[in-house]
Amino acid sequence: MPKRDDIRKILVIGSGPIIIGQAAEFDYSGSQACLSLKEEGYQVVLINSNPATIMTDREIADKVYLEPITLDFVKSVLYQEKPDAILPTLGGQTGLNMAKDLADSGVLAELNIELLGTKLLAIEQAEDRELFKELMEDLDEPVPESTIATTVAEAAAFAEEIGYPVVVRPAYTLGGTGGGFAHTPAELATITAHGLELSPVTQVLIEKSIAGYKEIEFEVMRDAADNALIVAGMENIDPVGVHTGDSIVVSPTQTLSDRDYQMMRDSALKIIRALKIEGGVNIQMALDPQSFQYYIIEVNPRVSRSSALASKATGYPIAKMAAKIAVGLHLNEIKNPVTQTTWAAFEPALDYVVTKIPRFAFDKFERADRTLGTQMKATGEVMAIGRTLEESLLKAVRSLEIDQKDLREGDYDGISTADLKAQLMPAKDDRLFVIAELLHRGVTIEEIHAITQMDLFFLDKILHIIEIEQAVKDQPENFAVVKAAKEYGFSDEWLGALTGKTDAEVRAWRKAEGLLPTFKMVDTVAGEFESKTPYYYGTYEDENESIVTDRPSVLVLGSGPIRIGQGVEFDYATVHAVRAIQAAGYEAIIQNSNPETVSTDFAISDKLYFEPLTLEDVLNVIDLEQPIGVVVQFGGQTAINLAADLEKNGVKVLGTTVTDLDRGEDRDEFAQVIDKLNLPKPQGETATTKEGALQAANEIGYPVLIRPSYVIGGRSMAIIDSDEDLETYMTQAVKVSNDHPVLIDDYLSGQEAEVDLISDGQDVLIPGVMEHIERSGIHSGDSFAVYPTQRMSDKVKAEIVDSAQKLAKELNVIGLMNIQYVIHDNQAYVIEVNPRASRTLPFLSKVTNIPMAQVATKVMLGQSLQDQGYQSGLVPEPETVHVKAPVFSFAKLAGLNSTVGPEMKSTGEVMGTAPDYDQALAKAMVGAGLPILHEGRVYFDLAEADLDEGLAFAQRFVTLGFDLVASPKNLDYLRDQGLPVAPAPADLEMAMAKEEIQIMVNTIDQADQALADESPVRAAAIENEVALFTAMDTINAYLTVLELPEETHFVQALGE
Amino acid sequence: MQGYLVLKNGSIYAGERFGADKDLLTEVVFSTGMTGYQETMTDPSYFGQTMVFTYPLIGNYGINLEDYEGAGMKPAVDAIIVKDLARRPANFRSVMTLADFASQQDLPGLSGIDTRKLAKEIRDHGSMPAVIVSELDQAKIDQLFAQDYPSLLLARAKKEENIETFAGTPGGPKIALLDFGLKGSIVKALQKRGATVTVFPGNTPVAAIEASNPDGVLLSNGPGDPTQYAYATPTILELQSKYPIMGICLGHQLFAIANGAKTYKMKFGYRGFNHAVTDVDHSRKYFTSQNHGYAVDRDSLIGTNLEVTHEEINAQTVEGVRLKDKEAFSVQFHPDASPGPHDAEYIFDNFIEKLTTKKGA
Repeated sequence: MPKRDDIRKILVIGSGPIIIGQAAEFDYSGSQACLSLKEEGYQVVLINSNPATIMTDREIADKVYLEPITLDFVKSVLYQEKPDAILPTLGGQTGLNMAKDLADSGVLAELNIELLGTKLLAIEQAEDRELFKELMEDLDEPVPESTIATTVAEAAAFAEEIGYPVVVRPAYTLGGTGGGFAHTPAELATITAHGLELSPVTQVLIEKSIAGYKEIEFEVMRDAADNALIVAGMENIDPVGVHTGDSIVVSPTQTLSDRDYQMMRDSALKIIRALKIEGGVNIQMALDPQSFQYYIIEVNPRVSRSSALASKATGYPIAKMAAKIAVGLHLNEIKNPVTQTTWAAFEPALDYVVTKIPRFAFDKFERADRTLGTQMKATGEVMAIGRTLEESLLKAVRSLEIDQKDLREGDYDGISTADLKAQLMPAKDDRLFVIAELLHRGVTIEEIHAITQMDLFFLDKILHIIEIEQAVKDQPENFAVVKAAKEYGFSDEWLGALTGKTDAEVRAWRKAEGLLPTFKMVDTVAGEFESKTPYYYGTYEDENESIVTDRPSVLVLGSGPIRIGQGVEFDYATVHAVRAIQAAGYEAIIQNSNPETVSTDFAISDKLYFEPLTLEDVLNVIDLEQPIGVVVQFGGQTAINLAADLEKNGVKVLGTTVTDLDRGEDRDEFAQVIDKLNLPKPQGETATTKEGALQAANEIGYPVLIRPSYVIGGRSMAIIDSDEDLETYMTQAVKVSNDHPVLIDDYLSGQEAEVDLISDGQDVLIPGVMEHIERSGIHSGDSFAVYPTQRMSDKVKAEIVDSAQKLAKELNVIGLMNIQYVIHDNQAYVIEVNPRASRTLPFLSKVTNIPMAQVATKVMLGQSLQDQGYQSGLVPEPETVHVKAPVFSFAKLAGLNSTVGPEMKSTGEVMGTAPDYDQALAKAMVGAGLPILHEGRVYFDLAEADLDEGLAFAQRFVTLGFDLVASPKNLDYLRDQGLPVAPAPADLEMAMAKEEIQIMVNTIDQADQALADESPVRAAAIENEVALFTAMDTINAYLTVLELPEETHFVQALGE
Repeated sequence: MQGYLVLKNGSIYAGERFGADKDLLTEVVFSTGMTGYQETMTDPSYFGQTMVFTYPLIGNYGINLEDYEGAGMKPAVDAIIVKDLARRPANFRSVMTLADFASQQDLPGLSGIDTRKLAKEIRDHGSMPAVIVSELDQAKIDQLFAQDYPSLLLARAKKEENIETFAGTPGGPKIALLDFGLKGSIVKALQKRGATVTVFPGNTPVAAIEASNPDGVLLSNGPGDPTQYAYATPTILELQSKYPIMGICLGHQLFAIANGAKTYKMKFGYRGFNHAVTDVDHSRKYFTSQNHGYAVDRDSLIGTNLEVTHEEINAQTVEGVRLKDKEAFSVQFHPDASPGPHDAEYIFDNFIEKLTTKKGA
């Protein structure tokens, strides 16, 4: 059937801020889908509150509403735009839940708006556990024995009947939030109570545990003519028990015979047909390793993280196809965009192995609970492609950008083999490395299999890697052995360590022997048909398929996996850089390792290399492509960290030179720059020992801000106010050495501000100055940011603009730079500079309508700011106010101290825009998920030092009509000041579970902040969705919003 | 031990030998299926061919006692070529590794080959003769290429020609199956639907088939060039005048030829599971298991009594035909799958329904 002409305008719902379980993959799928609908001639209206996304760029949709995704705001958009239909399947669980809320509210019926792709009934059948079970029973598809429980008692009775262990799954929650395995009645009671709280419909599913089964996923497509196909089958190396988002996953399936596979394929097709989905579905299944017995675990009637992975793994763009199918096109009427010669009605055939490894934040958050279960904890993921599983796995490991770059031994020295075995179950984030270590120690794969149930096939692949390692150790001069190791994915660096050479020497050796990587095409058809996709991966084989064109090219390095501190913002900048490179007439080549992103969509660049971002892997691409230069400013710390080594290898780094990058990043050199320019900067020292640190701190005077050098997102950063605390920090928080000193700065209290600038060496364009709501001491990424500034004096702003221009010139910046300031005693002090694209680039680009990454890229390519129509200085500020709010994922990271401080903890951001500050702030808070309450109970537990300031807040809550309760140490103080305040309930956690407390105001002594564990009370607040505030300025801002005379849901499209 | 695949056009692929280490002349084809190597190796249609698996990891789930498609465990292929041979298979049905199977069954194998490059070469230059050798001894290679391949195949093709019956459910239809290189899954698919199947050698006289009093006739798949089976034409014509008839793969080509169509050799054939086929009656798309190097020429259908029922969605290759006035049809793909998707199983349902209706009438 041709596409529908009875609909003209379609609303697409985005997924909102990045949180664990719902990340950049929805920017990829959402922007693909919007463009795909526009391509078919529909008018596309988008709502998404997340400014750090490509999909909220003005050219992606006809109208972009950067507004909160709440029922009220989406309704406002519907009344304003009156679309004919909504496509709710691209915005993750947020989009789907919103579609259901809209339908339930009656607005869809009232405005006669149709749901495309997935109908309401299908959403309910897939999401509501009971309806899902009924459907599976009707289809004769097996599901584990289960029951729906709405009370703990019901859950316990059923578990007695079917026997432990059981799994608890709350209905309608993101990424399985609140679920878990229960082995005992006590565990069951705890998990069930929690799950019931989190479930908006107060339902949990109690089901038979199938932990240890093979976990298999299918990505399925169906069109309105009932044509259905499998895009990809995926198999988890971690068996059932670890959330698929936290599992190592390979594609295609490896250990299934054709009979196993086809049996499960039949079942997947039957399910998508029964749900009558027009688009894509993700189906998760479990297979008994000892029989043909399988179970359906879960069905997601929408595009998902897995569908993004499957799209990158196969080349088949699921979201793009799903959008076209949603408007009526059939699979055989859409061209396969990869081959461009065949139709989309086909099942991709792979001739390579794909491995996905999740990226966790536990390198930063060592005290958070690292146990993996049914609740997803990973912040991002990497994907690697190889011609063997070993190669694919090793490439994925080195794409992670963590301390372990391969599977060498020695990371667990000092831990006994028995202890290591005990770490295997329940699984933790580092299980792969523990297994490698155990194999090094001679533990058999059978023994590991007995503990973990991981398939022997996969364990043998890891063992094979260890055997190859041994072979190289045994014959370090035998090139044939080294060659075999390269073919199985070993890095030059690891081979260097094994052969007593540097990685450069290994590289030179293999080049001399003629051993160079070949690049093969991802073509969806295993070579059967000629294909035009410019999508490549590296391996060591006979034929290289990546043909270098005559056009001069530029290589852009991406930012790798998403982690806290290096998020989707950098992918945004990468994609813009590519556009600018293309506009300037060059071929744009991207190298990146993250399957969730827009930048790794092969349609974005002229050529995509899906490869790790290590020096070796980048040089391999450069050796072949010979680009005129490499862009490192947009790939976060990942790319910047490669700049010096690339230059040493004779590669031209475009923009700011490596020497000047160093002058910005190296502390001593930067201090000299500051001195030379005579700019105010907090006094700072560097220390390489505990004693040195103590001495430095005393010279500067407490409080001091301390952190390790060269870090992302303020890892292990702390504010310290005594020798005692400093000693604790030095022994517990950091490993200090000559190579890795700690930096100690005078901690100046005051408002923070930052600028992003673009310099061409002559002119310095400052698109905007942003001020933070929270004072210094809270990481800029975790602060609310406001543009244009509301509180800053003209004097300070002038100082900032002046110093920013001076710094840009002194550091010879060509391209972007971000500068952070603290305003202390009405003077702007420079805290740090980042000579690269910053986290705020997308936000500022959107609110100023200056495509900063594109302007900067053109500057790097030699086009001056003036040529581009820009001039020096601060761009005139608008009347409209924009507030950026941080969004946290504490609910997914049990054990993580949820107070904000110098170490970044947020995973995403939203933006609120309004004609005045208060309203913009209100929108940002609503978008970030903070409830706008008019009554309820507020629990006060402020640090001693904050009490005087907190009194006013308490008073304001009372004036607004809230009840106050306080911790023992706050109670007397507040009472003495005459406030009506009651003692907090003895069992605060239970009070929160019973919804007796709505707001929690809790600050802790700053010196404790870095080292303190999470308090059970805060954990309870997070679990029970109590609005939690841990910074004084945020509380103040929240009160400002509560004090607004009325709530409005005014919406406005970008640029209107 | 080193081994080499030398193509007729001179290309050389070096790898590691496994299984039998004999040298031989063969024809190289490739399959894009990512599972089903056991079925593929034992599928009689591949007789005389060396199979290149484009999926690089082969042997992952070992060899089991059930998924054979030919007579017993005997491989039908000449040899197999893979990128990475699994060391440690894992599947509950596995009884041995693929390497052990190859040794046991005297099947030569080569691993460590850039199978993507090889598949692309076959795609661009067509399926071609090749030799597998342990040494690059040009004289030996020339000698192997000098052999007459068709007669070699005939010599290797000696098989027992028995009439064998597979019981279905009592009262189910009786099907006479003409075996030109039968794949076991076809018998299983018919049995599953209650039919009793009697398998006759392809060259059985009509009278002998009639004596079994069948309700319908099925023409099996088989290897090679359909024009080499001229003897089948009169048999097919006579049988279709008396019984409902269905053809699969080679059986489809023989049915078409018998009714006046022509076949041609495809450049590199369709071998894999992901070819979508349109059923023109209800325009739905089905993913089919395919394995053919020849196809029915669409133009040659003009003037015959045949019409197209199925076509491949990209090249519109003829994938199924039927007689306009008889219960007689055939499909190029394998509705019996094994390996591959089960989407086209309905073809058997339709056939059985025709037989049952006829029987009831």
